[in-house]
Amino acid sequence: MLLVDDEKDFVDTLSKRLLARDYSVAVAYSGPQALALAAQEAPDLMILDLRMPGMDGIEVLGRLRELRCEVEVIMLTGHGGAEEERAARALGAFEYLQKPADIGQLVDTMQRAYAKLIAGRSSR
Amino acid sequence: MDAPVNPLKYEHRPTGRRPADPSLAPRRYRRLFRRVAFSTAGVTILPLLIMTGINYHQYQRAIEAETRQPITSQTSNAQHAVEFFLKERESALRFIVTQGTVTLDCNNDQLNRNLKSLRTSLSIGSFVDLGVIDASGRQRCYAGPYKLLGKSYKGQDWFAQVNRRGIYISDVFLGFRKSPHFVIAIRQEGAGGAFILRATIDTKELSEQILTIGLRPSSDAFLINRKGVLQSPSRDYGKVLDRCPLKVPHYTKGAQVIQRIDRKGKLFVGIAYIEDSPFVLILTKRSAEVMGGWITLRAEMLVFLGISVILILLVIYFVSRNMVQRIREADVARAQVFHKMEYNNKLASVGRLAAGVAHEINNPLAIINEKAGLLKDRITLSDDDFPQETKLLATIDSILKSVLRCSTITHRLLGFAKHMDILFETIELSDLLKEVLGFLAKEATYRNIQVEFKIDDDTPSIESDRGQLQQVFLNIINNAFAAMADGGQLEISIGRVDNTTVAVHVKDDGVGIPEENLERIFEPFFTTKPGIGTGLGLSVTYGIVEKLGGNLRVKSEVGKGTRFIVELPTSKPA
Repeated sequence: MLLVDDEKDFVDTLSKRLLARDYSVAVAYSGPQALALAAQEAPDLMILDLRMPGMDGIEVLGRLRELRCEVEVIMLTGHGGAEEERAARALGAFEYLQKPADIGQLVDTMQRAYAKLIAGRSSR
Repeated sequence: MDAPVNPLKYEHRPTGRRPADPSLAPRRYRRLFRRVAFSTAGVTILPLLIMTGINYHQYQRAIEAETRQPITSQTSNAQHAVEFFLKERESALRFIVTQGTVTLDCNNDQLNRNLKSLRTSLSIGSFVDLGVIDASGRQRCYAGPYKLLGKSYKGQDWFAQVNRRGIYISDVFLGFRKSPHFVIAIRQEGAGGAFILRATIDTKELSEQILTIGLRPSSDAFLINRKGVLQSPSRDYGKVLDRCPLKVPHYTKGAQVIQRIDRKGKLFVGIAYIEDSPFVLILTKRSAEVMGGWITLRAEMLVFLGISVILILLVIYFVSRNMVQRIREADVARAQVFHKMEYNNKLASVGRLAAGVAHEINNPLAIINEKAGLLKDRITLSDDDFPQETKLLATIDSILKSVLRCSTITHRLLGFAKHMDILFETIELSDLLKEVLGFLAKEATYRNIQVEFKIDDDTPSIESDRGQLQQVFLNIINNAFAAMADGGQLEISIGRVDNTTVAVHVKDDGVGIPEENLERIFEPFFTTKPGIGTGLGLSVTYGIVEKLGGNLRVKSEVGKGTRFIVELPTSKPA
């Protein structure tokens, strides 16, 4: 999976914790970086922040849609309200979580996303 | 809404959310009322008074002039009549002299014959006697009832006068048979020298003639002499030789009319000095008689003026009071609106500030969360043992707990600032409130709190957001529970305010809110219980109610209890 957030400290620590839980994690610190990595690595899951300098999370979502990337996106943000949530979900985000998030809740959400992915793949 | 306030009797009634505003002081409105009332009264009554005064004056002068006119004519005519009478007598005397029948050499028989012929030819103003007096003042001949032969008038005043002026008429005196007479004497040049022909005349008929002028009961006519002694009988002032109390102006040639007052009232007095005689003709008319029409008119004018003034004052008083009352009500309403707007603005900006802060804090908070979590992971997920492992974990857990607490606050703040959509549906408030009470039923029974539920029959259902209303009432009732002691009483009443508004009252008998706090309880972060809660509950509730188009107010008295009033529109706000 791909973690995208411009807060290095946050995203590095989270990736360490996920690795300790046996997930394979890559990180990106900006929108363009995220898109490049997505095109390269084709991750199953993306944990995406909203507020980033340059390209923000919504735009990334849009681009992913355009490129028809097959990836489930979980928004994880400290900003944003109902409008942003609606916009994200309209663009196909799987879930919308607020920071700071409990690691247990995050892992649960990830599991559900994987399940959906697998279900989607097997029905094809 | 409070009942309309009479600005003249305003009493300050403090309510929960109205500050003491000096620009709404009752003194100001009393002043305004006074100014308005006095200026309108002045502007209406003053011209009225002036106009009435002018009219009064004009009418009075006109009517007076009209009244004087006939009196002047009458007096003038009477004057001429009297003068003519006297002239007639004088002419008669001169005639008998020029006839040659009377000379200085006279004899009594001849004089008697003359007297007789005078008496028969001039039927009025009878000649009583005739006498001839020579230049030295000695009575030469005499015809008449008195014994005057041989008398001398040398030193007497009248003698000097007749010699000087050629004619003399005397004052009236009581003469023959005690009836009033006067003397008329003429000086003539005759064969043998100058002599004086003197006659006494009875005034009876003259007096009668004069009296007929003043025939009406309100009039009087008489003669007086220059010293004010009556020369003919007056109906009002006495008989001949009595004193007439009226003061008379000095000699003028024609007739004049003046006004005097005697003991019966006001009079018009016509005065005419009779030429060549000591007489003054007086004609009096009572003002009340001749000016009767004026007096009625005047009374009517004054009554009309009086009634008008009273009516004007009454109308001005009530209209001004009403108007000032309305102005005051409008000012109060406006002040309230401003206050509310100000308040809402303040809350809004605090809300925005809080939201901004919350957003900024979430990121560092997330970092703390992850770092602490990582520490925990390192300890729990590794195979090694750490010294003091339990203590370390406990410390990390307390860090995580604090992060959670912060996160609750920021989430709540963001919830407060969020523009949440309102999902409208038709709601029966009684059902909704019973639902909410259901959530708290356990606590109520456990703490023995009585809940009384009152609903007006004509309360309509409303269109609003169910979830948010639940939040609102949950919060308010929770607060009420917190304020009450065990065994307390909660009263919930629902009713219609007007065609478009419904109100829910939540009244508890708890500790109450002090007045200085009442204005601040809806402010974010304001709390009287430091350490418990976030102080956000009521501000969020206030925000929700405002957003739903309603109104949240509070009334409270320390020691007695608190009443929250939630007003909601029956249909979607436009």
